Amino acid sequence: MTLSMSRAFLLAVTLVLTLAAAFAAHAAGQPLVVYTARKYQLVDQLFQEYGRERGIEVKFVTDDGAPLIARLAAEGRNSPADLLITVDAGDLWRATEAGLLQPVKSPMLEAAIPAHLRDPQGHWFGLAVRARTIAYSTARVKPAELSTYAALGDPRWKGRLCLRSGKHAYNQSLVAMMIGDIGEEAAERVVRSWIANLAAEPFSSDTLMLKAVAAGQCDVAITNSYYLGRLQAEDPAFPVQIFWADQGGRGTHVNVSGGGVTKHAKNRAEAIRFLEWLASPEIQQRFAAVNYEFPANAGVPPLPTVAAWGSFEPNLVNVGTIGRTQPAAVKLMDRAGWR
Amino acid sequence: MIAIRHPGPALAALAVALPMIAVLVAVIQGATGADPELWAHLREHVLARVAWNTVVLVVGVVAVALALGTALAWLTAACEFPGRGFFSWALLLPMAMPAYVLAFVAVATLDYAGAVPMTLRAWLGDALWLPPIRSTGGVILVLALAGYPYVYLMARGAFLTHGARALEAAQSLGLGPWRGLFRVAIPLARPWLAAGAALVAMETLADFGAVSVFNYDTFTTAIYKAWFGLFSIETALGLALLLMLLVAAALAVERMARGRARYAAADSGARAGARLALPGARGWIACAVASAVFAVGFLVPLVVIARWAWHVAPLDFDARYASYVLRTLTLAGMAAAACLALALVLGYATRVSQGRVTRAAARIATLGYAVPGAVLAVGVVGALGAIDALWRTVAGGEGLWLQGTVLALLLGYVARFLAVAHGPVQGGFERIRPSLEEAARGLGLTAREVVARLHLPLLGAGMGTALLLVFVDVMKEMPITLMTRPFGWDTLAVRVFEMTAEGEWERAALPALVIVLAGLLPVALLTWRMERAARAA
Amino acid sequence: MRLELRELTKTFGPGAAAAAVNRLTLAVGAGSIGCLLGPSGSGKTTVLRCIAGFERPDSGEILAGGERLSGPDCWVPPERRRIGMVFQDYALFPHLDALANVAFGLREADAGSRRRRALEMLALVGLEEQAQKLPHELSGGQQQRVALARALAPHPRLVLLDEPFSNLDAEVRMELAQQVRAALKAEGATALLVTHDQREAFAICDEIGVMRDGRLEQWDTPWTLYHSPATRFVADFVGEGTFIEGTVIGPGRVQTELGVIEGQLTVERPAGAQVDLLLRPDDVIHDDASALRAEVVERMFRGAEFRYKLRLPSGATALSFVPSHHDHAIGERIGIRLDTQHLVGFPRE
Repeated sequence: MTLSMSRAFLLAVTLVLTLAAAFAAHAAGQPLVVYTARKYQLVDQLFQEYGRERGIEVKFVTDDGAPLIARLAAEGRNSPADLLITVDAGDLWRATEAGLLQPVKSPMLEAAIPAHLRDPQGHWFGLAVRARTIAYSTARVKPAELSTYAALGDPRWKGRLCLRSGKHAYNQSLVAMMIGDIGEEAAERVVRSWIANLAAEPFSSDTLMLKAVAAGQCDVAITNSYYLGRLQAEDPAFPVQIFWADQGGRGTHVNVSGGGVTKHAKNRAEAIRFLEWLASPEIQQRFAAVNYEFPANAGVPPLPTVAAWGSFEPNLVNVGTIGRTQPAAVKLMDRAGWR
Repeated sequence: MIAIRHPGPALAALAVALPMIAVLVAVIQGATGADPELWAHLREHVLARVAWNTVVLVVGVVAVALALGTALAWLTAACEFPGRGFFSWALLLPMAMPAYVLAFVAVATLDYAGAVPMTLRAWLGDALWLPPIRSTGGVILVLALAGYPYVYLMARGAFLTHGARALEAAQSLGLGPWRGLFRVAIPLARPWLAAGAALVAMETLADFGAVSVFNYDTFTTAIYKAWFGLFSIETALGLALLLMLLVAAALAVERMARGRARYAAADSGARAGARLALPGARGWIACAVASAVFAVGFLVPLVVIARWAWHVAPLDFDARYASYVLRTLTLAGMAAAACLALALVLGYATRVSQGRVTRAAARIATLGYAVPGAVLAVGVVGALGAIDALWRTVAGGEGLWLQGTVLALLLGYVARFLAVAHGPVQGGFERIRPSLEEAARGLGLTAREVVARLHLPLLGAGMGTALLLVFVDVMKEMPITLMTRPFGWDTLAVRVFEMTAEGEWERAALPALVIVLAGLLPVALLTWRMERAARAA
Repeated sequence: MRLELRELTKTFGPGAAAAAVNRLTLAVGAGSIGCLLGPSGSGKTTVLRCIAGFERPDSGEILAGGERLSGPDCWVPPERRRIGMVFQDYALFPHLDALANVAFGLREADAGSRRRRALEMLALVGLEEQAQKLPHELSGGQQQRVALARALAPHPRLVLLDEPFSNLDAEVRMELAQQVRAALKAEGATALLVTHDQREAFAICDEIGVMRDGRLEQWDTPWTLYHSPATRFVADFVGEGTFIEGTVIGPGRVQTELGVIEGQLTVERPAGAQVDLLLRPDDVIHDDASALRAEVVERMFRGAEFRYKLRLPSGATALSFVPSHHDHAIGERIGIRLDTQHLVGFPRE
């Protein structure tokens, strides 16, 4: 009887194997393979366009940065991936630390991308800049009341501040930058003063948080500017505006969505060419525009709606250092009770 | 029970457990690299809080889901009230609604800036106080609404099949139908209620999507944070291992508590008793309760996401969706069939062999459901890497053999969802009285014929349930699909992920809506079969 | 407590050809053990389920101790009838041990007295040693006795037993039947038992009703039922026997091929009436000295005795119990004589 059961089992396995093989069969040739944490709707058109231009297939899978890195690591030198694209500099730093990316020497990329937005050894290059700054209610806050990130801990904002969850990389990298700028102790004091000012439990997304600002649950928040860009595109009268933080000091915190060539890339030359293509002015504009971000290429202007927020001085610390400090930032936030 | 002394069953059970064993090895191996300094930090600042939160959440969700599922199953199985026929299948529909969708709809409509409080404040003034949805109560309610159909399905089966005679016995001893429910029907349904509750508990433990929307910290969010934020996948795997140990311990306690009792149906062909008519107001109260659960758990969220989907459909809906649907259904169907086949092997092996190896294999094989999907995915990827490396050593050659194939994806699904198929199949086996097997053997049937002519027909309902549960779960599954899918194998859940990862929840409504609609298919099939079987009886 | 059924009628579904129970009237005296005997499908279990309250009669009344349980404008739900029931399959709760099963229906507030009563009941059926066993750990007969103890424990005013011994071995059956009777009598319970086995009915019951097609054919003591069946069906169904043709020639005298048979006719008929006369096997005595001869056509060894089927000269058959040292082969012609006290004759059909 176990015999018959195991026979049925074998049969099922064979069937599944055959099916799987049949489905896998068409994956052949020498395409460019991208693992991307930048999602389908932001990359598909550009990827296909590049493929048509070059006469090759651009294949990609999407996932979060961390799982993509784990997948790369598990596949090792047999990985089909040529390029890794993330939406957080911390992930790029981590992939580099894990030896999953290789250094690339490209005068074009080095000229196009400012030094603080790329790895000095060329393991990765920032492609779009996201600024994390202050958003305020135009109904209840005057821009003159705002200045620095740290000032949001002032008692005047008691019960008026909204934050996104401390579990999210964008907040972790902001705190990591603060640790680099002012040291761990001072940064922890700032974070604690923010937590004391919270008007509501931290939100699960910037979008929900900005809507809470608009609805009056709180007056100020810390957000990535592009989330507001999307909301303003839907409703031009959305009563929340951007304030560039720390303009007199170290500058507004920026993070990058960027990419690097994998250690075991089978199609290295094509991967580098693709990065250069993405960094070229015309593509840069579109790459950033789909998500209301700032182009990494300094010579390329952002969308008019984004430009309307005014220009800002970014914090010039290399975004790669964020990764190194990020675990310390997470622990600091745990201690301070940033949920 | 037909005792078997040769090692066949144990080997078969081990074979079934193999995917999960491989995953477990990969997880343990990864966890050994955990950073002691990080552990110290977690012990001091994180573990106690997330452990407490997790216990509160699981206990709360299981309690609410048990109450809802059992009460509704009792109403539709044993009582007569207006709309009973409709509710008996409609109350299963929330199963097709992913918990993360329900969570987001709840937060988007009921939080301070949501449509409902905004409207209420516009009418009644800004000072109006409403209970915050982003609270422990809110997350418990949402997960219980998403989870109660598991309990409902199991409890309804138990009430329908062996409630009648036991209730008559209780009535002859002076217990009314309601006290009979609590003193006989529910105690007798206990293994099935426990199986349903275990599924709900494990789903709650593993949930990441819904608790994230509520920003409620659990063991699972701590695991993600260790991995994504602290960059320590090893620590994350260590935490996952701890979670699995706790789950295994909890399951063992339940088994011990059940003790010597057996639950094989005592009635020999007793006609299902007449349904208890709920006259007048009581009938309408029952109808109102069922309507409320159906509305909150299914109808309202469906309308909300349908409205969102309507707005984004012109931007996003195109021919790709045909491929998403096809791939989703193909994967779900293959995974459901594979899990059912393995659950049958496992159920049969544990029935004929009470050996230690068999039982241990069964427990390991079904552990995957309690593990957060992403952690399991890491284990799966690790295990696949090891298998590929082994393959290259044995067969030579280069490249990936298993990784990046549909088979790899299926292995992941089996590791994760075997428990879901195992529950109903095991429940079905337990309900087959050993004397039936003996009778069949006595009539000269070989063991193999016993399986074909006795077990499989009698397991019919359990097998249908198992298929449905796995099918619907795979359709909603994200992390394993994301991490192990071959190129081009994007499913509806992948599409939902891509939209939500950028916070565009409303835009994710379109694929979410398609998931719900596609999920209705198997639910409808199952309920149709259940009704037909009930009519035939 | 006295049980009375008046004109009880129950039909299943509009399509049913005939009523399952048809205008049934009977009474079981307080403390008495009544029995409904009949072939399967005769409606006896339906009667029981109506009394228990699991089925709702179409018409008629059910009274227990003078209180109406079911009638045209009244219906007491089963749990309020205080009627204990022993099911054919026992229906023990598989998740409770024997003691908990017996204590299940007890309403005493105090746990100690509940336990005492349950133990007392288990002792009554001789199972105090098995109190902690789960149902699946008990033998069939033990389960049966637990079921009886469970039904008796709450002092029901009536106990119903549905084919209580049908799942048991023949050897256990008679012994258990005596035990059950003793237990019921010890509790002073009024009981109604349903069975298709007359030996069970004879062993336990004080009064027996024979049912056929939903109707009660006769309600009497076992002895009367056997010796004075009211209908041909009862005569056939209860006990063994055959009919021979005869002509009434005077009060208590019937002319047959076996000569003139004398005895009291249960129903007197006028001289000249053509009757079928019931011959029980114990009415036909083997006697080598007798001139009456019959041919052995079938023999069944039953230990202490043989049951012979005999062909009479006319071709009619008769049965006879003969002590087993009288071993005759098939085809042999043996001497017989009649020893009758009650003559049961039905008009010739």
